[in-house]
Parts: sequence; C-alpha cells; structure tokens
Amino acid sequence: MTPFAYERATDASSAVARVAAHPNAVFLGGGTNLVDHMKLGIAHPQLLVDVTRLPFSKIESLPDGGIRVGAGVRNSDLAADRTVRERYPVLSQALLGGASGQLRNLATTAGNLLQRTRCAYFQDVTVPCNKRTPGSGCSAIDGHNRDHAILGASDQCVAVHPSDMAVALAALDATVVVLGRQGERRISAVDFHRLPGDAAQRDSMLEHGELIVAVELPALPVAAHSVYYKVRDRASYAFALVSVAAALEVRSGRVHDVRIAFGGVAHKPWRARRAEAALRGAPATEEVYGRAADAELADAKVLKHNAFKIPLARNTLRMVLRQLAQGGR
Amino acid sequence: MQMIEPRAMGTPLQRIDGAAKIMGTAPYAFEHRLERPTYLHPVQSTIARGRILKIDTRAAESLEGVIAVITHETAARLASDENKELWVLQSAKVHFRGQFIAAVIAQTPESARAGADRIAVEYEAARHDVSFSGGRKDLYAPKTVNAGYPTDTNQGDAETAFERAEVKVDSTYTTPMEHNSPMEPHTTIAIWESPKLTLYDSTQSVHSVRTTVAKSLGLKVDQVRVVSPYVGGGFGSKGEPHAHNILAALAALRVPGRPVKFALTRQQMFCLAGYRTPTIQRFRLGATRDGRLTSIIHDVVELTSRFKEFAEQTAVPTRLMYASPNRRTRHRLAALDLPKPSWMRAPGETPGMFAGEVAMDELAVACGLDPVELRVRNEPERNPESDNPWGNRHLLECLREGARRFAWSERDPRPRQRSDRGWLIGSGVASSTYPRYVLLGSRATIRCGERGQYTVRIGAADLGTGTWTTLTQIAADALQCPVEAVHLEIGDTEQPNATVAGGSSGISSWGWAIVAAAQELRRLHGARPAAGAEASAQTPKGADDETFAQHSFGAQFAEVRVNTLTGEVRLSRMLGVFSAGRIINPRLARSQLIGGMTMGLSMALHEESVVDERFGHVINHDFAGYHIAANADVTDMDAVWLDEVDDRSTPMGSRGIGEIGIVGAAAAIANAVYHATGTRIRNLPITPDKLVT
Ligand SMILES: Cc1cc2nc3c(=O)[nH]c(=O)nc-3n(C[C@H](O)[C@H](O)[C@H](O)COP(=O)(O)OP(=O)(O)OC[C@H]3O[C@@H](n4cnc5c(N)ncnc54)[C@H](O)[C@@H]3O)c2cc1C
Ligand code: SF4
Repeated sequence: MTPFAYERATDASSAVARVAAHPNAVFLGGGTNLVDHMKLGIAHPQLLVDVTRLPFSKIESLPDGGIRVGAGVRNSDLAADRTVRERYPVLSQALLGGASGQLRNLATTAGNLLQRTRCAYFQDVTVPCNKRTPGSGCSAIDGHNRDHAILGASDQCVAVHPSDMAVALAALDATVVVLGRQGERRISAVDFHRLPGDAAQRDSMLEHGELIVAVELPALPVAAHSVYYKVRDRASYAFALVSVAAALEVRSGRVHDVRIAFGGVAHKPWRARRAEAALRGAPATEEVYGRAADAELADAKVLKHNAFKIPLARNTLRMVLRQLAQGGR
Repeated sequence: MQMIEPRAMGTPLQRIDGAAKIMGTAPYAFEHRLERPTYLHPVQSTIARGRILKIDTRAAESLEGVIAVITHETAARLASDENKELWVLQSAKVHFRGQFIAAVIAQTPESARAGADRIAVEYEAARHDVSFSGGRKDLYAPKTVNAGYPTDTNQGDAETAFERAEVKVDSTYTTPMEHNSPMEPHTTIAIWESPKLTLYDSTQSVHSVRTTVAKSLGLKVDQVRVVSPYVGGGFGSKGEPHAHNILAALAALRVPGRPVKFALTRQQMFCLAGYRTPTIQRFRLGATRDGRLTSIIHDVVELTSRFKEFAEQTAVPTRLMYASPNRRTRHRLAALDLPKPSWMRAPGETPGMFAGEVAMDELAVACGLDPVELRVRNEPERNPESDNPWGNRHLLECLREGARRFAWSERDPRPRQRSDRGWLIGSGVASSTYPRYVLLGSRATIRCGERGQYTVRIGAADLGTGTWTTLTQIAADALQCPVEAVHLEIGDTEQPNATVAGGSSGISSWGWAIVAAAQELRRLHGARPAAGAEASAQTPKGADDETFAQHSFGAQFAEVRVNTLTGEVRLSRMLGVFSAGRIINPRLARSQLIGGMTMGLSMALHEESVVDERFGHVINHDFAGYHIAANADVTDMDAVWLDEVDDRSTPMGSRGIGEIGIVGAAAAIANAVYHATGTRIRNLPITPDKLVT
C-alpha cells in the first residue's frame, strides 16, 4: 500500500481540474472497489479526490420522458426508486442481483460502471497480467479460466466485466454523461466499455481526469416489460457466470420490440444486436429464441474451462424470453 | 459410570457471553488493548520451491514508521526443527509459494504493509511440482493416517468377492482442496518481557500453543502464557499453532517490551493456516441382488506437503459403517510442494462419507432398493473392524425418524419425475457418523467462594461453539448448584491444562474433568464445603473405552431444486437426525448441527480452492472467489436428535456434537441432485457448469 493524499471535491469542474492535472490522481466514489485495489497493490494512487459530496445524488425526470441518474446515486437507492422499478425493472433487478446490501448502500452509479474485472490473476500482483501490468502476459488464457470471456476477447486478455448494472444499462440504450476539461461529452452505454484488443489495461473510453456526472435513460416503452436473470454459483453474493438483461414486447404473436444484453461473457456488457435482429418481427416461439441465441453466439470462442458458457448463455436467453413472452417480469 | 443428575443440562440456556459479543466488548485476539502496540506484515515467497539468494531490506527499513525487518538472516534462532511447519525464517529454503520469508515490524499496520512491499528478493527457483493426480508414480503409503489409524486394512478377500458379486458399483469420486475459512482470521499479539512471552491468540487450544511455541523457541513452558478467551471460528485450522504464531514471537523478541500485533489477511489464510487435501476416492461395492454387501473396497489418494506429512483418514469411516465379510481400505499420498494440509471440519469422515454414501446410493439404484432400506439390510451387529459390541449405535433409528419427518415414503424413487416451473426437484439421504473421542490430559480446578459460589477453572476454548455456556451448565449439575453460582474461567494457560477443542472431544473431555473435580471437592470437603476449599482432578479414562465401539450416528435428508436450463442447484429443504448422547444445551446444539449441515451444503455446492499448477498457489484466495454458502442458500434447514443418554461415554451422558453435522451432508445433497436430474455428479462441488447442457 502506498501513502496517499485525500481531498473532498466541492464542485465538479475543480474536481476534474485537480485529477486531470495529476497523473496519479483518481476519483473516489463509495470506495468498495478502489480501496480493495489499493490494499491488494493493484492501484497506487497518490491523490484521492472524493466526489461523493458533489450534487450528483438525484434521480430526475427528463423532458423527453427519460430519466437522469446522478453519478453519485447509491446502488441501493437506484434499485429502490419507484420510477426505475416501474419503467426499467431490469435495472432494479440487476442492481439487486449484485454484491450485498451493505456494498450496495455504498456503491455509486459511476463507481459501479468503472469497477474492474474479478479475474483472479488481475487481483494477484504476484502473477503476470496484461491488464494490471501491460506486456507482462495473460495468466488466464492458459490458466484457470472458468469465469472468462467467450465473446470479443483478444490474445492479450480474456477477462469479463463484472458489473450487473452495466448490463442492464447496455440493454436500455443508456447514455453516460461525462465532464472533462473541455466540457461535457456523451457516450452511449454500449460503447462506454471497450473490448481488450491490444490495450487490456483500458476498460472504458473514459480519459484520465474525466468525471462521470450522470447516466441517462431514454423513454423506452419496451423497458417496462423487462427482466434480469443472473446465473451464479450460489443464490446471492456471487458474480454472474452468465447473465441476461432483456426487454420484450410481443404483439399478435410476433416480436414487436426487443432489447438484449449479456453479462459474464465479454470484456464489456455484450449488447446482443444479432439476436435482437433475428427476433424483431419474428414469431415469438422457442425455435426463434434458440435461433436468436445461436446467431449471437456464432462467433463464441471457448477456453479450457468455460465452454459451458455457450449452452448456458443460450439456455438463459431462451428462458428469459419465454418468461417475458408469457407475461412474467 | 456414575452419572450426574441433569438440572441445568438439557435446558436451552442462552449464551452467557452473548451480550458481550453483541456489544463488542468480548475481546477477540486482535482486540486486546495493550500499550504501545507495533504491527507486523509478512513478506511471502513468490516461488514454490528453491532458495533465497538475496533479500534487500534497506528500502523498507528507511521507510517512516518501520521499526525493524526480520529475515532468515536476522531472525533469532529457533531451538527445535521437529515441526518443519514452524521452522520459520531459519533458512533460505522455500518449500511452498506464500511461505514467510521476511516480516516488517512498524508503528502502524499501513507502514508495515508498505514496508513489506519494498523488500526486494532474489531467488534461485527450482522446478516445483504441485500436480495432484491418481496416476502419479510416486504415491506412497504413510506409516499411519491422522489420529493414529492404520493406513490400510484388509478383511477377507475383497477383490475376489467384488469380482464375483451379483451387483457391483465401481465409481471414482473427487473432492477438491478446501479451506477452513473461519470468519476471524488467525491472529496473534506477541509480547516479549524477558523472560516471559505472552501470546494473545485465536486458538482452539491455549495449552498446545504454549507447549509448541515454548519448544520451538527453546523456552520453558512456564515462560510462555497464551490467552484466548473468545475465538471467531477455527474449524480445525486453529487446532495447532501455525507459522504465524512463531513469526509473531520472533518479531516480539526483536522489539522487547512492545506488543506485536499480527493478523493474517484472508489471502494469507489460503497458504498459511492449513486446509483439507483434495481426494480421489475409488469406491467399489459388491452386493447380492437383494442388496447385502459382500465386498467393500475404498482406495483413497490424497496429498501432503513435501516438507511435513499430514495424511487425512478418509477411508476410516468405511471400516465401520456397514456389514460385509470382505473389506479393504487404503490411503496413498502424493507429496507436493504445497503448504501442509491439516485438520478441517471432521477430517476423514467428511470426504470419506461423501464417497461412501454416494456409492451406497448408486448401489440402491442398482439393486432397485430404497436407499434407507439398503442401509437397514447392511446394519452390522458389532463393529466390523474390532468386533467390539456397539456402545450406542442408533443409525437405523435416525434413518427411520428422519424418513418419517421428511415424508420419505411419499417419494417416487425414479429420478427426474418432479418439477416445478422449470426446476427439477429431487431428494436424497445419507448416513452420518463420527467417533466419540475423550482426550486425556485435561484438569479442572474448583474453588469455593462466599455464599455458595464456585470458581471453575480450566484452560478450555470457546470457538463460538458455546463452551462458556455448556461448561457452566455441566459445572452447575456436577456441583448441584444453580448456574448463577458458577463462575467459569477458560481460555488462558494460567488455568489448568485442557486438551484441544477438536475431534468433537471438548465438552466430553473438559466436562468430565469438571465432574471429577466436583467429586473430589466433595470427597475432600464434604457436601457443603467452606469458602476457600479447593479441589482439582483430571479427566479419567472411561471403563468402556477399550471394550465398546463408541460412535455417534445420524441421517441426513435433503431436497434440492435444479434449474433445467441453467443447471443451478438450490437446496430447498434439509433435515438432520442425530444420535449423539445427551444434548447439553438444545439451543446451542441446534446451532452447531445446523452449522455443520450448512458446511456440508457449502461443500456440496460451492467450496473449491483452485491451485494454479504453474505458480503453485491457490488463485481464488478470497471470499469473492472461494464461495461459501451464504444466507440465501440456507433455507429450510432443521436438526433434531434422539432423546438419549449415553452412560458409557461420559458422566454427563454426552458424546460430542461438533463435527457430526457436516458428515454425510454433501452426499445427501449429491444424491438429491441425482434424484432430481438423473445425472450422477461424482466430483464436488456441484456447480452449474457440471449440469448445464
Ligand atoms: C465482495 C463483493 C461482491 C460484489 N459483487 C458484485 C456483483 O455481484 N455484481 C456487481 O455488479 N458488482 C459487485 N461488486 C462490485 C460493486 O458493485 C462495486 O464495488 C461498486 O459498484 C463500486 O462502486 P464504488 O462507488 O464503491 O466505486 P469506487 O470503488 O469508489 O470506484 C471504482 C472506480 O470508479 C472510479 N470513479 C468513481 N466515481 C467516479 C466518477 N464519478 N467519475 C469517474 N470515475 C469514478 C474510481 O476512480 C475507481 O476507479 C461486488 C463488490 C464486492 C466487494
Ligand atoms: S484475462 Fe485479462 S485481467 Fe485476467 S490475467 Fe489475462 S490480462 Fe489479466
């Protein structure tokens, strides 16, 4: 552990200026991921700028019918919000499927998006890992990789993104609002996280010093009819083996609108556009669900211990679509 | 045997230390308030075998707050290398990855940790071998297995009888490496005030820590004091001192007069505090068509560390569970460059009964018999190994009582018959057993105070199990006084010797010493002893110990739901029925037994330490990676017991309940998964990847 300085930000632009000017400064949210990393020796910031007192803790309605979630809203509060539960149940369920009550009370929206992979090798500084130490190698590719990616991985990194919330946001066409030294920019949730490519150390499109200020959800009628299903090794308090966030509207036996994202399969929440395309307009039948899953998983590549994720992702998607089509949430 | 009359015993007295624990005033090892503490953080080897060439401590020593660094070159010399696990910082050799190779003593925990990060080590690495498999050419037979049992046994001609059997089961079962994982980490505060060393420790036995540490350091036993009033779980991993005790003592020698506080991190507990060996168990059962066993063969392969042997007694329960004229059991070990395995949650019985009881389920299926009935048909009249009569064997009563309560007779024996909204439902049963152990060597002292009060002293341990409460109840009945009149003192070597809280022997051994001391008090001082009167006595040897086979038994029933699409397994209902002699405190007993069953659930579905063979250590070394059953996994679980007083076992009529709850639990769940799905999973844990198709 490296000694560090701690400051409490009073306004957003000076927080951005402070961190941007200091190559070893970071923002601090609830600290439930960052502080662990400092203890484990994965992160060595010299300056922590605490952003939890900034005025970003509200959930507001937008004129176009969507909502704006402040970056500092705690996961528990977001999951319990009435509008979210009614209009975006998949988001509430995803949040409640993550971590534990105590952690969700502390964890913030921005921190949750930026939590880092749970790859065991990433968390152990005594072994090689390209994400932690670029160029050192990937211990997971030939190691124990039951939890690792089947889609979009590279020969540099096969880690998966651990957030449940982010999977729901990817399905919901959310937008991440970011403040930098040049002002605000907006990044779609689907593009916010990256695939590893040859820069495994970079999880997202965020630049150093950029502060997440909010996440916006569009008015999305299909979202009212959505679920999150998380397959995990125990009934609570475990990261997803595979998860599915899905919203579905069926009219006269045909798929009218659909949104799908997978968790636990890739370096980022995996928006399943191919599956959506196969479903849109098609009859809402088991066979079509299976075909949609196959279309999405056609390029899946398995490692030594994670081949089960292909049937698991396929089955889970089928189960979720069936449940939504039958009217269950 | 002269039994004591139960007045307090059998009542559900609340924990007498409960309020203090809830208010946070019961001091656990790390929490003892001491003046001017220092903090220790270790450096661990990052190779699994080889030697240290150079260790550069200058950057650490110059860091603000760092007081001293100790390495194998600078630490005090130890006196005895008899226990190689405790030969800490004495040589440049590295035996396993994660071994202590240096430690930083500092003014704050943060500076100790920062100092440890700054120590540079150069190694000469040798090729390590941590690859565990049944096909290894170098498997060997240990002299004996844990608790002194013979390595192999042979009765009749098991191989031939198996070959000729009408019905055969020949299956191989595996259990993974598992870690004890008590909530409270292994912790020691060590203070050297020449010539005395004091350790505030988290241990299952203050006295064995004292004798072991004294020997290791070359001190006289009475130079060492160990204090451990409260312990947050041990599950075997605190049954003997580990390297951290010695490291803390070595550090204390370096900073005389100042307490050195040392708590292992969770990650460190995965290489420095013991674990259960993985097992590969080939089980062969031969039977007649109507399900009478003609042959039992149990071949076990497990591992030990290369530098010190530990051989789990996995096949031992197979020697007594069922009748068969032919029987062979065998243990073989692979010696690897890993830390030393040790006792964990019913060593031997837990993995052995997983394999044995799933094999029995497979035999029941092969014979077309109900699994309860199969066990009834193979009930041995006497101990099959020693031929001694049973002290109190009530396995069949447990099975029958459990079957009645669980509505077993309504079960359709065919697999894959019941489902509910996409979840298959199945149920399973397994037997459970654990030996009755009474260890010799404990001594209790009783002193009369004013107004009929008694002070009872014995250096016993409460791991969270309830010793404070149950020993008070036993003392009250032994002294024929109310529990309020008993002032119990445990957890300190200032009190008379007590044997380890292990092998489910604690309450039997310590309680009997208290009963003996009460009898001695009355013998010396009459029925109404005056204030100041004192007596002391040791646990005596039981008259029936050699002539009767004394064991506890039980039956575990489990119902599971298995998601047809995702392969997720959830336990929906579980019942354990146990025969364990008198239950001294039903409230605490229920919590012990349910705790054991929960560990069995955890073993069945979750727990697995994954060793990366390239590096040589456990990579999922935290609680996000190493799954233990959490609240949501434990739903409708109940434990009951037969109303029983064992007058051959102890004067309290008890036999010990610490471990039996876990035994057989994983098998019952695995059998239920088979019944739900028709798929037999023989490799624990049963995770979704093994069931999804
Ligand atoms: C035992 C355990 C189990 C868990 N299980 C799950 C699970 O099942 N599913 C799941 O989804 N999650 C799980 N989590 C992770 C949890 O959701 C995250 O730790 C949490 O969401 C992080 O939020 P935080 O506010 O504490 O972030 P912090 O730890 O404070 O920060 C995380 C990162 O975000 C950065 N950051 C914070 N705020 C901002 C901002 N406004 N702008 C830019 N950067 C910022 C920080 O610099 C840091 O890099 C688990 C965590 C633990 C410890
Ligand atoms: S998968 Fe990625 S995070 Fe894991 S070891 Fe490889 S590079 Fe590191």
